[in-house]
Amino acid sequence: MSAPLLRVDDLQVQFFTEDGVVRAVDGISFDVREGELVGLVGESGAGKSVAVSAIMRLVESPGRIVGGHIEFKGETLIEVERGDDGESYRTDATIPDGELRERIRGREIAIIFQDPMESLNPVFTVGGQLREFIELNRDLSEEDAREEAVRMLREVGIPEAAARYDDYPHQFSGGMRQRVLIAMALACEPALIIADEPTTALDVTVEAQILDLVDELQERYDTSFVWVTHDMGVVAEICDRVNVMYLGEIVEQAPVDDLFYDTQHPYTEALLDSVPRPDETVEELNPIKGVMPEAINPPAGCRFHTRCPDAREACKTTNPDCRDVTDGVTEHRAACIKHDAFETTYEGSPPLETGSGGGFDVSLSGGETDD
Amino acid sequence: MTERASSASDGADAVGFGEPLVEIQNVSKHFPNEEGMFSWLSFNRDADGLPIETGREWVRAVEDVSFTIRKGETLGLVGESGCGKSTLARTILRLLEPTEGSIYFKGTDLADLSGERLRNTRKDIQMIFQDPQSSLDPRMKVGKIVEEPMQAHGMLDSEGRAARAQELLEKVGLDPQHYNRYPHAFSGGQRQRINLARALSVNPDFIVCDEPVSALDVSIQAQVLNTMRDLQKEFGLTYLFIAHDLSVIRHISDRVAVMYLGQLVELADKQELFENPTHPYTQALLDSIPVPDPRADGHRGVLEGDVPSPIDPPSGCRFRTRCPELITPAEYDLTDAEWERVRSFMRHVKRRDFTETDPDALSQRYFDGQIPSGDAGDKVSAAIDDIAADDWDAAAERLQNAFAEQSICAREEPDYEVDPEYGADRHTVACHLCRE
Repeated sequence: MSAPLLRVDDLQVQFFTEDGVVRAVDGISFDVREGELVGLVGESGAGKSVAVSAIMRLVESPGRIVGGHIEFKGETLIEVERGDDGESYRTDATIPDGELRERIRGREIAIIFQDPMESLNPVFTVGGQLREFIELNRDLSEEDAREEAVRMLREVGIPEAAARYDDYPHQFSGGMRQRVLIAMALACEPALIIADEPTTALDVTVEAQILDLVDELQERYDTSFVWVTHDMGVVAEICDRVNVMYLGEIVEQAPVDDLFYDTQHPYTEALLDSVPRPDETVEELNPIKGVMPEAINPPAGCRFHTRCPDAREACKTTNPDCRDVTDGVTEHRAACIKHDAFETTYEGSPPLETGSGGGFDVSLSGGETDD
Repeated sequence: MTERASSASDGADAVGFGEPLVEIQNVSKHFPNEEGMFSWLSFNRDADGLPIETGREWVRAVEDVSFTIRKGETLGLVGESGCGKSTLARTILRLLEPTEGSIYFKGTDLADLSGERLRNTRKDIQMIFQDPQSSLDPRMKVGKIVEEPMQAHGMLDSEGRAARAQELLEKVGLDPQHYNRYPHAFSGGQRQRINLARALSVNPDFIVCDEPVSALDVSIQAQVLNTMRDLQKEFGLTYLFIAHDLSVIRHISDRVAVMYLGQLVELADKQELFENPTHPYTQALLDSIPVPDPRADGHRGVLEGDVPSPIDPPSGCRFRTRCPELITPAEYDLTDAEWERVRSFMRHVKRRDFTETDPDALSQRYFDGQIPSGDAGDKVSAAIDDIAADDWDAAAERLQNAFAEQSICAREEPDYEVDPEYGADRHTVACHLCRE
């Protein structure tokens, strides 16, 4: 198997807030191979967006990457180690900021955000923004860049591309703005596109158009994707492999078919059970009990144990890593000690009472508890 | 639960389960496109005489919508953003005055009510909004929030209200002890529960829920949906449930209405609608939802183009400009395959998404070198010549006038009823394909 295009290893991102340190991403590892579409799925607050912005070193203050190693095409995008004094620092292997900006961002790795209105400047024309981007990143003359911009707009399905070149972002519909961003992301034919919930704000019919477009473009350009989403439907449709995140950790990692048909982590299972289906009538939904705890004060042991139907005493103390839990035919990792791969006392441990009365416990953010 | 507070519409409570509770008849709602003192004036440089024109543009948000909601049922209303779902909901609540048409609640025309009687009827109709955050006053304690509607309608004394508020908090799955907390201490799902408790406080018959769970995470969504269902059973509530998510609609509704660009396109029993969707728009909508199953049939229905503007909606069937099944104009003698090619060509010319102008190449590319014979073929050839002369607008217009505008879809507004395959409920479809 060829070396992965992108490798994220033990990434940790923390936010230093007044209320304390929020461990938004707490030691996640995953990789992306060439031509692959890898999903990163989870509920809001799971740390998906922070994780992908760390790849491009776009984490904003008070957030900081405090550990981990990200490698792209053999180059180290970031490597952070903890020194003897306990302070974390970037190692010399990390490529400098300027070089990252000039060589990697936009050219090698592009990013598409959820809200296209925020990514486009409202006071410049759509075509102008696209042209400038192409001109700067591909060293084309203004004339050629313009031609290329119109070609890209046509390529992503903007009707009357030449005429709409001079329109402003507000004259475009949401779906068309997202198409423009895809055009911009593709303009330099990057090896990897990071898509952060790009279809979440769109209507289903528009979402279908965009997913279709991505399929088509991926076939043509063989681009790899990291696709962040909370929608299991989108995951099932487009992803090759999936990482499921919960409270800053990856709890399950599997090829898409295995994730749905050979689910290994109770959280993934609960998530799949709680989704209403468009293709069949489900009488009673099985919601996950309770709400996701705050990342500032995550539960000890396995982070999901407070809501997990399979939780036992042992889960309160052991925080499992994400390791291979099946026979090794496919790569299927899960972070749950109920599997044999973890040599723990789960078997003999008494079951925990979870659920706290239907799961409606309210905890004040100030730290007051209700028990 | 406490006994029903006496209402001004005594006797009207006699509406039995399954009987019509709310009837919406030919309701339209139009908005002026621009607000403001001089918005009815516009400047036109090319006009004869004074270069000023008068007259407003109207956004036809809801147009001629009729349906009935029965007591005890959940009617799901689904459609994409901008299709007029929320405007319709607000019109039903009489938060907006309908431009035309009437809304009957328990047999009384809401437009006839005013003052005290309207206030009393409002008690029976409540609403839950999408954003649980902004619909709660951050400076009011949860208990007071739930009590406020009761106070406004003069229900119970203050102790009675407090007791009822606590009871309701428990009913919606919150801890009654949280009576004295502020909304910020609650999560999104819990805030939506507070909204539910508030809506229930005045003992309504009918609750309009405008995207109540779309701001919530899936796992929380399921919790709230289950609670809403339990409450409906317990209190005999009637819901109008608005959502853009068809999975949620499928889970909660008894009957489903589909809206497109201000009009209802299909209304049927839930199972009938999902298993036997008849309107091409409903079909497209169902085909576009990503199914959470990687082994599901990979077919993804993709609609072309965007929703047209409601200021100047298409004539006849409003969906015809994007419809994959536009009907062949009667005057042309085209085979299905030929008609398919003509429409594809027409679409590409309109979108101008190719740069080819050579007539032979075009005919090869879009018609496999075989332009249909007869009248239709002449018009296609003329359009190809227009493109060769680089006059794209003329070509697009020629094709539109010759084909799209001649279809029955452009000439008549559809309104049909089909025999249901599932259940016995009426199944209405606004599509000319059902005309036989």
